[in-house]
Amino acid sequence: MAQPMAQTVFAPWDDPDETPLIRFENVTKRFGDFTAIDDLSLDIYAREFFALLGPSGCGKTTMMRMLAGFETPTSGTIRLAGQDIAPVPPNKRAVNMMFQSYALFPHLSVWDNIAFGLRREGMDKDALNDRVEEMLRLTRLGKFAKRKPHQISGGQRQRVALARSLAKAPKLLLLDEPLGALDAKLREDTQFELMDIQEKTGTTFVIVTHDQEEAMTVASRVAVMDEGRLVQVATPDRIYETPETVYVADFIGDVNIIEGTAAPDGDQTHVIWAEGHDPIIGSTDRAFERGQQVFYAIRPEKVAISANRPEDAVNAVKGKILDIAYLGNLSTYHVELPTGHIIKAQTANTRRIARRAYTWEDEVWLSWTGTAGILLES
Amino acid sequence: MRRLLIAIPYLWLLALFLVPFLIVLKISLSDVVLAIPPYAPTLDLSEGWAGIKAFFAALDFENYWFLTSDDLYWKAYLSSLQIALISTAITLLVGYPIAYGMARAPQEWQATLLLLVILPFWTSFLIRVYSWMGILSTEGILNQVLLFIGIIDEPLTLLNTNTAVYIGIVYTYLPFMILPIYAALEKMDDSLLEAAEDLGCSRIGAFWLVTVPLSRSGIVAGCFLVFIPAIGEFVIPSLLGGSRTLMIGKVLWEEFFNNRDWPVASAVAIILLLILIIPIILFQRNQQKQREVEG
Repeated sequence: MAQPMAQTVFAPWDDPDETPLIRFENVTKRFGDFTAIDDLSLDIYAREFFALLGPSGCGKTTMMRMLAGFETPTSGTIRLAGQDIAPVPPNKRAVNMMFQSYALFPHLSVWDNIAFGLRREGMDKDALNDRVEEMLRLTRLGKFAKRKPHQISGGQRQRVALARSLAKAPKLLLLDEPLGALDAKLREDTQFELMDIQEKTGTTFVIVTHDQEEAMTVASRVAVMDEGRLVQVATPDRIYETPETVYVADFIGDVNIIEGTAAPDGDQTHVIWAEGHDPIIGSTDRAFERGQQVFYAIRPEKVAISANRPEDAVNAVKGKILDIAYLGNLSTYHVELPTGHIIKAQTANTRRIARRAYTWEDEVWLSWTGTAGILLES
Repeated sequence: MRRLLIAIPYLWLLALFLVPFLIVLKISLSDVVLAIPPYAPTLDLSEGWAGIKAFFAALDFENYWFLTSDDLYWKAYLSSLQIALISTAITLLVGYPIAYGMARAPQEWQATLLLLVILPFWTSFLIRVYSWMGILSTEGILNQVLLFIGIIDEPLTLLNTNTAVYIGIVYTYLPFMILPIYAALEKMDDSLLEAAEDLGCSRIGAFWLVTVPLSRSGIVAGCFLVFIPAIGEFVIPSLLGGSRTLMIGKVLWEEFFNNRDWPVASAVAIILLLILIIPIILFQRNQQKQREVEG
């Protein structure tokens, strides 16, 4: 296969010369006594697929509604392409939104729903026709153009909502839990479709979701939010591999958290976690003081399980299998240590289930390398 | 069992609508006489087949011809139509903002507001119309208040005019307009308005392009619910209207009770029913379509 032309990694956030498309500057939003967004600053760059991720009530929807113009910040400014957007009403913003409920107009056909925004612009008839047809092609809805929203399926409705919000070629498209109403299988297909469309149109997408898997799949960068603050903003792999806080580690994927005290030893840091047990050896580029409280976080798939203690293992603990979660392709073993800690270890089921090596109540060894886990302060 | 259940409403309709209708139809084809009952012929089954034949031979459309000969009748029909149309339009103009306000009110208020709309029904309709006489008369409350404030120098003549009839009809039928519109607005998703704004509509634009079309079925239902009974309205024009207020309901009453001309009165009623069939069918269509959309 021919090598593609010199491909640079898309990472405008690492380029100091790049100016962001959207800039949150110390934005605070209060509803009465409740602070939804707390002194938040954030840059989002053109052509990004940016995910705001967090549990419900973390402020992610408020962020989106402020971008769309349905809420105004209590203090701070939001800039779109350098311009403060606070005084611009929603109908004058070069921002469109795809609503969680899709908010399709039930009295209009698919075609008219897509044309709705273009008509408000006063686009001339031929251009409007072309644009709607283009959107129908992009979202593969040609066959359903004449139908009303209640005559099509949930997945098709989702695509109409997307087509409608993309029709005006906004600078920024906001997607509020766009796949929430779809079933798992359809959701997966649609995620890839969304990425495809984002790439084709070159529009900047900001997606709000509580589904970490969805955020990881589609986004170029993920912002993990909690109680109106950004906890970490990074690419999906960095969020997963090097979470900065226990909250992020715990929110994204499955993780074992072991609390202990730090004992630096050269370029390694030992974590003293239980009396009478060897300390966990980890490496970190952060400096910990001796005796400082640390949390050792390790993903279940990075913990190996074996019947005997592996000889070359840096970290190894013995325990008893408490539970096995069989997921088909994977099995997660819940192993109870004598200290009462429960460690999850995940293995790929390369053999058939009947030939599984371990079962309930078996004594097993868990082991992992020195770089498998990370040390967190809180 | 199921057939029986389905049969009950049909039997009900048959007994309480179709049979009386046929009786009225028959009277409308009879001739007026000084007797009890005041029309002829009456069906005499004792003479057997010959009696039935004689009975049908005596029926004719004379009374319908009579309705066309006197311009009182078609003027009354037209005037009724006009009054019904105008009062339906006014009821819509008054009722829509009320329904809109109710649908937009905080959730915990809505039940109370709904109750307030229905509340007038707890009092007799007649009493309410009589109390309007008290409000609208020359010495009535309205004139007293207006005189007191100084807006007018002389009391207005409101009672026994068409204005009073409009006020009466709008007042009486307002709940029938408000309730279906409220029902349509209440289930509307607010995010539709945000979507419209997001796509470039102003607030007012969103109202006309989204709110109004989505409450269309409620508007249509409300208009028919006001228009249909308003055409045949008798109590309001006879109590609040003047001698110049011409409504078919009033004409019918006079034919029946003052002239004791049952056949002509029946013919008037039959024609009124025929006029009303069209809007009733349209109303049914609207309801049917609505059910299909909601499916």
